[in-house]
Amino acid sequence: MSLSDHSVELRPKLVGQRVKRTEDPRLLAGVGQYVDDMAPAGMLHVALRRSDQPHARILNIDVGGAFSVPGVIAIYDASDLDNDVTPAIPTSRMPDYYATPIWPLARGKVRYVGEPVVAVVAESRYAAEDALEHITIDYEPLPFAIRQIDAVKDDAPLLHEEAGTNTIIRREFKRGDVDAAFESAAVTVKGRFRMTRKTAVAMENRSYLAEWDPRKQALTLYTSSNIPGVIRDVLSGCLDLPGTRLRVAAPDVGGSFGGKGSLYGEELLVCALARKLKRPIKFISDRLEDLSATSQAFDELIGAELAVTQDGMLIGLRADVIGDVGAYSIYPWTAALETVQVVSFLPGPYRMEHYRGRIRGVLTPKPPTGPYRGVGRPSSTFAMERLIDMAARKLCMDPVEFRRKNLVNAEEFPYRTASGIIWDKSAFQECLAGACAHVDYPNLLLERDEARRNGRWVGIGLASYAELTGIGSRISVAPGMPINTGTETSKIEIDATGAITAAFGIASHGQGLETTLAQVIVDELGCKLEDIEVKHGDSALVPMSSGTYASRSAVLGGGAATLAARVVKGKVLRAAAYLMEQSIDDLDIHAGIVTSRNSNRSMTLKEIASAVYSQMGRIPRNQREDLAASETYDPYLGTACSSTHLAMVEVDPETYGVKVLRYVVAEDCGKIINPMIVDGQVQGAVAQGIGAALLEEIVHDDQGQAVAASLADYLVPVATNVPDIGIVHIEADLPNNIGGFRGMGEGGTIGAPATIANAVSDALSHLDISVETLPVTPERIFQMLQARRDPAAAVTD
Amino acid sequence: MPEKKITLSVSVNGVVHTATVEPRMLLSDFLRHELGLTGTHVGCEHGVCGACTVLLDGRSARSCLTLAVQADGVEIETVEGQGSIDRLGRIQEAFRQHHALQCGFCTPGFIMAITDMLRHHPLESDDQIREALSGNICRCTGYEHIVNAVRELAKERGPLT
Ligand code: FES
Ligand code: FES
Repeated sequence: MSLSDHSVELRPKLVGQRVKRTEDPRLLAGVGQYVDDMAPAGMLHVALRRSDQPHARILNIDVGGAFSVPGVIAIYDASDLDNDVTPAIPTSRMPDYYATPIWPLARGKVRYVGEPVVAVVAESRYAAEDALEHITIDYEPLPFAIRQIDAVKDDAPLLHEEAGTNTIIRREFKRGDVDAAFESAAVTVKGRFRMTRKTAVAMENRSYLAEWDPRKQALTLYTSSNIPGVIRDVLSGCLDLPGTRLRVAAPDVGGSFGGKGSLYGEELLVCALARKLKRPIKFISDRLEDLSATSQAFDELIGAELAVTQDGMLIGLRADVIGDVGAYSIYPWTAALETVQVVSFLPGPYRMEHYRGRIRGVLTPKPPTGPYRGVGRPSSTFAMERLIDMAARKLCMDPVEFRRKNLVNAEEFPYRTASGIIWDKSAFQECLAGACAHVDYPNLLLERDEARRNGRWVGIGLASYAELTGIGSRISVAPGMPINTGTETSKIEIDATGAITAAFGIASHGQGLETTLAQVIVDELGCKLEDIEVKHGDSALVPMSSGTYASRSAVLGGGAATLAARVVKGKVLRAAAYLMEQSIDDLDIHAGIVTSRNSNRSMTLKEIASAVYSQMGRIPRNQREDLAASETYDPYLGTACSSTHLAMVEVDPETYGVKVLRYVVAEDCGKIINPMIVDGQVQGAVAQGIGAALLEEIVHDDQGQAVAASLADYLVPVATNVPDIGIVHIEADLPNNIGGFRGMGEGGTIGAPATIANAVSDALSHLDISVETLPVTPERIFQMLQARRDPAAAVTD
Repeated sequence: MPEKKITLSVSVNGVVHTATVEPRMLLSDFLRHELGLTGTHVGCEHGVCGACTVLLDGRSARSCLTLAVQADGVEIETVEGQGSIDRLGRIQEAFRQHHALQCGFCTPGFIMAITDMLRHHPLESDDQIREALSGNICRCTGYEHIVNAVRELAKERGPLT
């Protein structure tokens, strides 16, 4: 470490501070700019006629009097776009996989209720929707299997005949001799776990606006996507436009949670129509369309069993999982993203020698599943943590003690899990201890027992888990997928006025990355926070980008920012050394001012920038360098973010409503850039996990129709459903990446469903009830109680 | 089907606007697309999420469930009237201080609902605050920081007289 670095170390750092967000003022003042806030001159609106059939052949489309509606410009079905687009193909190197093509409008057949079939373009959304009512579509209904257990059968009706099967994903992970482990086990427990279908419900619906520039023959898509770079790259192929004539930008985005993290047919559609009609084209989804056509989540049936020794050591785990992937494999993640992660993460943060996990991903006539906060791991953690509690109960061991015995210990890292994931050193044990200490666990047990003596149904539940975050190029985010998720680029430039622009390929949509990445740059470069403008979410900023997903942006973006800032700082100091006639080793830079330890001389960044760029000859031409750098970071491996959640809940014996009384999260997310933002991520993610555990469920009836049509049917948590969350940050050994950051945006949603399921099971333990399906609604508790009282009348779901 | 247009006159954040609109036009669409006041957001169009909350003659209302023509002669307040980027209003400032927003999409609706709450609700306990906030959905924050902001604002306000 050089002297100058050393003296900078003594200055207060911004990383680690509760810096208030730079994105807030515009959002608070109501002058943020989301896609629907844009209205270029000449803009037209699209409304879509969507399928009301789960599986049917399209026989005829009759537009009737639609053109008589004033303001209607054009009406299209798939056949009208044949020469305008080619489909996106979510390819994968996985064997036995079938990539379903993604088109803007249904071709020949519809495969789920909500699939777009006809597009009406009009001067206003009102007119476009009026016109939809004139359109008649004749369908020939086709047979279908709406439940995955039926769709997986050999003789089930096929959704994509070309695939020859509904089972488009098969994967198995194996280690050791699991069957022998089960034979030798003192105790085994098993369950059939079901995490029902959810959807992300970002408050801003999906929104797209495409503009065609006839002068440059170029297209700009403004999208609510959190992967604008990925969208640019795939659309370039579908529309046959080079990157120089195709820009994809995400302005302010009102949340995603994964729901806006895949390519949508509507994105393809507005681009094709803008080019065809040479006018700006806008599509704004309404909430019904969001609930019926945005990617959905989870929906696995997990049959799993656990083998344990007499003294409570885990020895074997086997699982057979059927994932319901919906009607299409999603781009770019493919249907393997959600499904395969369930079996690759099932062994959790535990020592486990023998494992066999098998997944089949099955097509059904429902909206496709795709990424949703936590991906796969909310389901796997739910199943595994229920099994852990069931085993502890059977052995009459305390669930905390049982976990302590089996969590991977500090000296065992790096630990290779049975499915091949490598856990770098992370505070598995410390998180468990931290959560227990926060609530005074022994005392909480007494409190629970006291409440029970008063007839209250109170229970405590825990869940420990680890997730792989900030993944570099060693592993792709989804197995065998077609894009690079392992690198991130930062381009930092000081301009002639001394202002700093830092451009990234990430796409912040609520995470506050404009602030946190600026904090990282301030510390590395020695500038002022207010002098930095962080740009992101725009494919034109850096040559290749993907976006913000998979808990990667702090690790990869922060790493790239650090590398670029270091290069720029070197250039600034070299210029300053010449201008100030000092040795570079004697210079410091802080708050945008370069000072010398040997003299009273100082220069501001602005003065240095002016000398470099604007004052001819100030610096000899062979020494002059632009104050700019572009660096790409690839952390290669990922890093484990670990956590233990603990909750106390109460079930109302009259209404079976569940109230969360206490909730604590102890987590190791490495070095924290901004504790205020990290707390907000934890609280928001836990709230979503509580929603998944108690409220949220997309139900399709036997006719293939979705039952939820509004947010009055699909319930997301409101303020009264969520308690204050106690948060314990454990900053143990830092991971081996630049900055020491671990990704943490998703964790809360991973831990909460399992925690609540365990707590409710504990609260109902005197009734011998085990929660195996989420959400555990009052109706489900009622059904479970009925089934206990009268097994013959049990309703299964 | 489009019907005969109607002329209305409203005051929005103290500025009077006169316009001619279809009777079926929603107030949310009128504010956003006719007046360009895009701070008011639409999250559901069916009265559940509260993102579109504005004040009509001082009381909170869902602009997605109100027709523009119903607001004829009404004083409307929207988030744009609360403050500006360089001079945030008190509730906006409290939101920033407490990190009560992430994506910011629900935020204008919360700010307007809280404006009403502070004028009319006791807000003496967290339970009361959570109850009062439960008509608005935020998918990002988990509400805790919003509760913290409202607690501070209610304390500053003191008991309702
Ligand atoms: S948009 Fe009005 S309540 Fe949701
Ligand atoms: S801040 Fe995103 S919905 Fe509330």
